[in-house]
Amino acid sequence: MDIRAQVSMVFHLDKCIGCHTCSIACKNIWTDRKGTEYMYWNNVETKPGTGYPTRWEDQNHYKGGWVVDGKREKRLRLRLQGKWGTLGNIFYNPNLPQLDDYFEPWTYDYQNLFTAPLTEKQPTARAISMVTGKYMDTIEAGPNWDDDLGGSQVYANNDPNFDGASEEEMRQINEINSTVFFYLPRICNHCLNPGCVAACPQGALYKRGEDGVVLVSQERCRAWRMCVSGCPYKKTYFNWSTGKAEKCILCYPRLESGQPPACFHSCVGRIRYIGLVLYDADLIEETAKAPQDQLVMAQRNIIKDPFDPAVIASARANGVPDSKIDAAQKSPVYQFVKKFGIALPLHPEFRTLPMLFYVPPLGPVLAKVENGVYDNVASEARLGPLMSSLDRSRIPLRYMASLLSGGNEEIIRDVYRKMVAVRVYMRSKKVKDIPAEEVERALQLGKTTPAEVEAIWRLTSMPTFEERFVVPPMERETAVDSLFPVLDPVSRNYPIRKGAVGVGFHTDPARGP
Amino acid sequence: MSDTVLYAVFPYLAILVAVGGGVYRYRANRFSYSTLSSQLLENRRLFWGSVPWHYGIVVVLLAHLVGFLIPGLWANLTSNPGTLYTVELIGFTFGLAALVGLCVLIFRRFTTERILSVTSPMDGVLLLALLVQVALGFYVSLAYRWGADWYVDTAVPWLISLVSLNPQTHFVSSLPLPVRLHMLNGFVVIALFPFSRLVHLIMFPFWYLWRPYQLQIRNTVRPAAGGAGH
Repeated sequence: MDIRAQVSMVFHLDKCIGCHTCSIACKNIWTDRKGTEYMYWNNVETKPGTGYPTRWEDQNHYKGGWVVDGKREKRLRLRLQGKWGTLGNIFYNPNLPQLDDYFEPWTYDYQNLFTAPLTEKQPTARAISMVTGKYMDTIEAGPNWDDDLGGSQVYANNDPNFDGASEEEMRQINEINSTVFFYLPRICNHCLNPGCVAACPQGALYKRGEDGVVLVSQERCRAWRMCVSGCPYKKTYFNWSTGKAEKCILCYPRLESGQPPACFHSCVGRIRYIGLVLYDADLIEETAKAPQDQLVMAQRNIIKDPFDPAVIASARANGVPDSKIDAAQKSPVYQFVKKFGIALPLHPEFRTLPMLFYVPPLGPVLAKVENGVYDNVASEARLGPLMSSLDRSRIPLRYMASLLSGGNEEIIRDVYRKMVAVRVYMRSKKVKDIPAEEVERALQLGKTTPAEVEAIWRLTSMPTFEERFVVPPMERETAVDSLFPVLDPVSRNYPIRKGAVGVGFHTDPARGP
Repeated sequence: MSDTVLYAVFPYLAILVAVGGGVYRYRANRFSYSTLSSQLLENRRLFWGSVPWHYGIVVVLLAHLVGFLIPGLWANLTSNPGTLYTVELIGFTFGLAALVGLCVLIFRRFTTERILSVTSPMDGVLLLALLVQVALGFYVSLAYRWGADWYVDTAVPWLISLVSLNPQTHFVSSLPLPVRLHMLNGFVVIALFPFSRLVHLIMFPFWYLWRPYQLQIRNTVRPAAGGAGH
């Protein structure tokens, strides 16, 4: 056993209202510099939809993440290329997304509104590219071009998760002459088996030992660009101005002082939870090699019980301080992922072991219009439509399985049944219009108990700030180490890693000559 | 006299500038050590430029280096006409690839709007120096045949005399002008090393082949209870 601490996250999709406050909080703090305008370390996608960059989930195209193959024994390898392949492709990365797969950032010629000569027509502010500084006549894409599906079914129909979907499933999605959608906020998953770290030939990317945050050393990055391709979530970006890779740093300066990251703190829908989990690093390879339909179970298994004395002992031996073990015991993430089992990793089949988990959206009500009649829960026994509609759900189970369980529909069904049980049980308590035997049946189908249902309801609907965000500040005695770390043997003044990422530059981080 | 300045003093200055400047830049501004890739902004032309250029120039440079490091063996090899033809053919092919690739890269850099916005004056200087160098080298290999053979008897002794701190310009003085210019400009390119994006050359990450895929690093060096620090 090799227990380490990992800062881990849960996004509750039923609560996301798609307001993009998280994206703006992040953008204003970290990516408002030249070369980073197109980066969205945090973005909110409309699902079904093509996402950002366009169709990022299509790994036949982008070649991110890991695959398991091998003739004699199963081996884990980067889908991108082997190590020799990396060095061979270093002069030209055949799988690098282009700026146009994101969008060309622009601003407007606002000055013209003031300085234009007096004419009969109103002056306009033309778009100016923030890359070339030239006027842009037609803007063809933007950071949220398919937000709310952009009034079109094109984006939903081009979602890679629908590749191979049946006509019936497409009909379900496009029902009532309007496409159903939900929001998928995404940040870096701070994976246990990160593809970006593995793909970087320079060793510039690394996982921070204290809490597992994945970072890019800006001093070490040489712009080989392989991390951008290696990450299947396309959450590593390339700064075209400084010639360095950049990615979500999980606001680590905030984490170190005990605050949640800015996107978490600012979340209007309060959908975000952050906490520590203790995981067994010895199981990483085995977990990443699990058969595709068992990846979710394997990933649940790698997260260990923070109350188990053996786990605590191993964590202590690895230098995990008591404050972190204590935080892991109070972690909302542990509750959602392990105890309730209703939070699932995004695309586990990429095999990077993402540490950001999603509670799938149930949708507001499980009713729909059929032949012009609104088929609501009151039309027959309440539980019947609630349960049966799972398979006729407007978001097909197979779609959610493609997104959150590596194609295993059983897991999605179990999660939804538990969430329906919470809904039925709480309605029976608050509105008191559901017969006891139907509540009982819902609990049975959901494989849950009243106590667990109440716990899920409380953590979903009524959590306090301190319950949602359990991040212990860095311990005073080790904070000293990180303020005065060992000197770099070469320069005798730079710390080896500290100060090399995002904040704390000793020189202006300007593009080289 | 001018030969002494150009072929006995300048090479040392160039090396001094390259090493001293490179070390200083690494220590003072490591952030600036980058290939400054522009692939994100333009992809297709880069393929037709960068791939032939890099593979071509790497092979040609290696050939120069091998001739310099093992001149005896090299001379033996090239004394056999069959081997000489083969070596010349290989050199010619990769030299042509480098020249064509470089031309594509120059064309790309100065005609693509997005690339122009990330082009510095130094990029222009460097590309010009490289173009002169590669074009001269290519011309020499065409106009003065069997360079693989005579290289060992002209440039190599001069280089060895430089390395042994006993510069002998008479190896150079009787050579044709294009050859002499090629030698001189070679050291100009070396002198440009610390002032340009050429610094990425010494950063080629060979150690990736031996490194484990994952990398975990702790900021806090003290493990709390005697566990491993990394």
